[in-house]
Amino acid sequence: MQFETVIGLEVHVELKTNSKIFSSAPAHFGAEPNTNTTVIDLGYPGVLPVMNEKAVEFAMKAAMAINCEIAEETKWDRKNYFYPDNPKAYQISQYDKPVGENGWVEIEVNGETKRIGITRLHLEEDAGKLTHAGKHSLCDYNRQGTPLVEIVSEPDIRTPEEAYAFLEKLKAIIQYTEVSDCKMEEGSLRCDANISLRPVGQKEFGTKTELKNLNSFNFVRKGLEYEEKRQADVLSSGGTIDQETRRFDEATGKTLLMRVKEGSDDYRYFPEPDLLSVIIDDEWKERVRASIPELPDARKKRYMEELGLPAHDAKILTMSKDIADFFEATVAAGAAAKLASNWMMGEVPAYLNAESKELAQTKLTPENLAGMIKLLEEGTISSKIAKTVFKEIIENGGDAEAIVKEKGLVQISDESALLKFVNDALDANPQSIADFKEGKKKAIGFLVGQIMKASKGQANPQAINKLLVEEIQKR
Amino acid sequence: MSLFDHKLTEIQSMIDKKEVSIPDLVDESFKRIAAVDGDVKAFLALDEERARKQAEEAQGAGKTGILSGIPIGIKDNIVTKGLRTTAASQILHNFDPIYDATVVNKLREAGTITVGKLNMDEFAMGSSTENSSFQKTRNPWNLAHVPGGSSGGSAAAVAAGEVPFSLGSDTGGSIRQPASFCGVVGMKPTYGRVSRFGLIAFASSLDQIGPITRNVEDNAHLLEALAGVDPYDSTSANVPAESFAAGLTGDIKGLRIAVPKEYLGEGVSEEVRQSVLAALKVLEGLGATWEEVSLPHSKYGVATYYLLASSEASSNLARFDGIRYGYRAEGAENLIDLYKKTRAEGFGDEVKRRIMLGTFALSSGYYDAYYKKAQQVRTLIKKDFEDVFASYDVIIGPTTPTPAFKIGEIIDDPLTMYANDILTIPVNLAGVPGISVPCGFAENGLPLGLQIIGRHFDEKNVYRVAHAYEQATDFHKEKPKL
Amino acid sequence: MTRISEEQVRHVAHLARLAITDEEVHTFTEQLDAIITFAEQLNELDTSNVQPTSHVLNMKNVLRKDESAPGLDREEVLKNAPDQQDGQIRVPSIIE
Repeated sequence: MQFETVIGLEVHVELKTNSKIFSSAPAHFGAEPNTNTTVIDLGYPGVLPVMNEKAVEFAMKAAMAINCEIAEETKWDRKNYFYPDNPKAYQISQYDKPVGENGWVEIEVNGETKRIGITRLHLEEDAGKLTHAGKHSLCDYNRQGTPLVEIVSEPDIRTPEEAYAFLEKLKAIIQYTEVSDCKMEEGSLRCDANISLRPVGQKEFGTKTELKNLNSFNFVRKGLEYEEKRQADVLSSGGTIDQETRRFDEATGKTLLMRVKEGSDDYRYFPEPDLLSVIIDDEWKERVRASIPELPDARKKRYMEELGLPAHDAKILTMSKDIADFFEATVAAGAAAKLASNWMMGEVPAYLNAESKELAQTKLTPENLAGMIKLLEEGTISSKIAKTVFKEIIENGGDAEAIVKEKGLVQISDESALLKFVNDALDANPQSIADFKEGKKKAIGFLVGQIMKASKGQANPQAINKLLVEEIQKR
Repeated sequence: MSLFDHKLTEIQSMIDKKEVSIPDLVDESFKRIAAVDGDVKAFLALDEERARKQAEEAQGAGKTGILSGIPIGIKDNIVTKGLRTTAASQILHNFDPIYDATVVNKLREAGTITVGKLNMDEFAMGSSTENSSFQKTRNPWNLAHVPGGSSGGSAAAVAAGEVPFSLGSDTGGSIRQPASFCGVVGMKPTYGRVSRFGLIAFASSLDQIGPITRNVEDNAHLLEALAGVDPYDSTSANVPAESFAAGLTGDIKGLRIAVPKEYLGEGVSEEVRQSVLAALKVLEGLGATWEEVSLPHSKYGVATYYLLASSEASSNLARFDGIRYGYRAEGAENLIDLYKKTRAEGFGDEVKRRIMLGTFALSSGYYDAYYKKAQQVRTLIKKDFEDVFASYDVIIGPTTPTPAFKIGEIIDDPLTMYANDILTIPVNLAGVPGISVPCGFAENGLPLGLQIIGRHFDEKNVYRVAHAYEQATDFHKEKPKL
Repeated sequence: MTRISEEQVRHVAHLARLAITDEEVHTFTEQLDAIITFAEQLNELDTSNVQPTSHVLNMKNVLRKDESAPGLDREEVLKNAPDQQDGQIRVPSIIE
């Protein structure tokens, strides 16, 4: 039987406010355990929450960026459940009046674009963090009360690849709005996936399973691929899928049963009596809307139309706001767009990956990168020299032109200077002359290599090629 | 005669004239506690060393305001840094707060001196203070009777002369009912008038802290110190501060009083009814007029209240789980066992009963039928009050249907116990202010209370009426013989 | 007709994380049934067009500025903790 896969994602994104959603405790990652809390975060007897205005604005901003309708009135509810990372034994979340609803995100897979619906975006508090220590678990409440938005997609996703593309796009959009770092490794972006199969042509959804412990976009894709196949095998052999929560095991790439869901969990939601609802009027809405920068799709379009970049380049560059901003600044500083794009997609990420660094941690600036690209474009330096200069400016900074001068890296294009290199090489390699005359064109390449070596890469390769052919004819 | 038989302005003038010192006042309090609290059992914890030290310091620093140096007792569901706070529950038997409630900060600024923490029904759930995990407080007028509840310790301590002032909290009558049973003055302010930050929540949409005193004027002074918007409580209202005491003119000419027929009807004892009618005569004599009105949804108040308050409580009390503070059961096999054992051993029966009721009312499939329905009826009850207040200045009736009952008399019958609050509950549901002032004595010698209810944030008028009535009568001058 | 069964009482006790003896199940069932039956008098009222009241005062948009201040000292956080290890609060393992 042929099956169609149906996937829906729930994405949690931590908002980077200064303070927590309901208290003045710092909302930053990485502090010593239990040093960023107040009595409010710890759920002490008698404490009350007060809503952080910035958290509401950030949630609005994120919701607008994914095309949600913004609620005129939004309110909070208690979701009741016991767990050691949940100090009040209820999470303040939103039930029936979330900040945003009915949005969408456009993705591109195999050259085709597709809209994935967003059911809702709501603002809630994050929980503390538990670690295991033998027969015990340990609770650190630093994360408790960090503002969090939960983004729920419609079950519009049909392949693990689409899920991957959706997450990449969503992450890019949220990062552009600057309301979150979206760092999966620090937990500021987390994802759960629901997946079910149904026979092709059937309208009703099949029974879904929920996947947890998906710690990278790649694991989301792998987990879904595994689960897709597992469900297909079960169904094809006449079995049934149980509604259950499954954990992705990174070591084996398999999904493992965590727990079977008995009906739906009874969270006993009710309106939070300690918080008042928030009315979002048009004035506020427009103020927040005005603060949203140009988003990835708009930028991609602009790069193609105004800078003449190929679609592929424009897409890759705009996936990260940091990269796109850097690229634009480089072009503004005088670099040719396509050359700047090549460097931003090639040598720059290659260096960052190799060194495990962020762009901001290097000495590269749009100005020094543009300076180097200009020298390359003018033919002052060869692309080989450019790599040397690039390494210098990304590690130690400085002006490309000054470095080239100081280190004597200027390309030699002067014919009389080059003639000396050419004739030295021909004198030293008579066999190559013979080979060339016998029609072995490769011999030229060898000679060029020798000359580049002798000139420490400074000789202009095009000019040498031309001179070599001319000089061989003379011999 | 006790120092605390004087009203606040008199005590302050005695301090000014150096007839009495602040350490004398604090000493008076501890002496009286030593003498009578063995019988009354109002206090759960005393803070004697710190109180005496503060008294010496305050005496040295000189007077700063009208409440300077006045000893006060605080209900044990209001958190006090460095002073054990249990809400009269085993589950918090060892809990030492690391912060002060907003009202405690305000009292400190006003200069009062905290003497100790007062007994109550566990987590304020009850009407007799018999539900305390630790001790049963007795009515100073007759030790065989209950002091009322849940602020039984707060009312009894003031009635017994152990402190001149105390703080209580009122969710369904928990200040007014014990004030009535103990013959003192107890005010439940408008919801939002006093910050709830640091009040261990029972039912968040109904809870309100208020003062219990021996007379109306002192009560007004104390509420002035407690009132005001608090950045730590989203539900505290930003209404301008006003002097409640300045409104105590004694003049109520032209006052329009509404008397709900439901408040003098079935279930209200004849002697209570007669005491209210007599009070209305007094008020008429002062130039007020009264008419019978109807609050038609009054009879649904108790059911509405028990559904809403229990639902909120089931969530509010979930944090008492043995993880971060308080009691943790021994010998649990796993996490879920730890939760269940801790809570089963830490909570008393009435608390468990309400947690169960509230959990049920909020659970899947029952929410609309119980919780939401009760919220809708709450709207109707609130509207009853709005309708009456469109034509009348205050609503007057009894505080309780009967005088204080005997200890153990109805403890095993939850519904009869709940009926005790039938006249106070609607006030919490509507969020309006209500005061109980002494209005006579039953045949068995126990006090009776008159309830005066006002519009939202109209405490000034409620105090004015209560004060005029009090000044025209002598009931507040009677003291229990201990 | 009973409003709540012993089985429901057990389920509710589980949701509320209360250990409950067979005897208590019996008592609670009787008492809760009486209270719920009493509460059903609300059904005498037609509330189909009545808005529920969650907040008795009509206040909205109470928000605080996003300003942070240092948190509590860890000693204070752990002061009341029944069990602790390495600056964290210790509980039985969450893995069953």
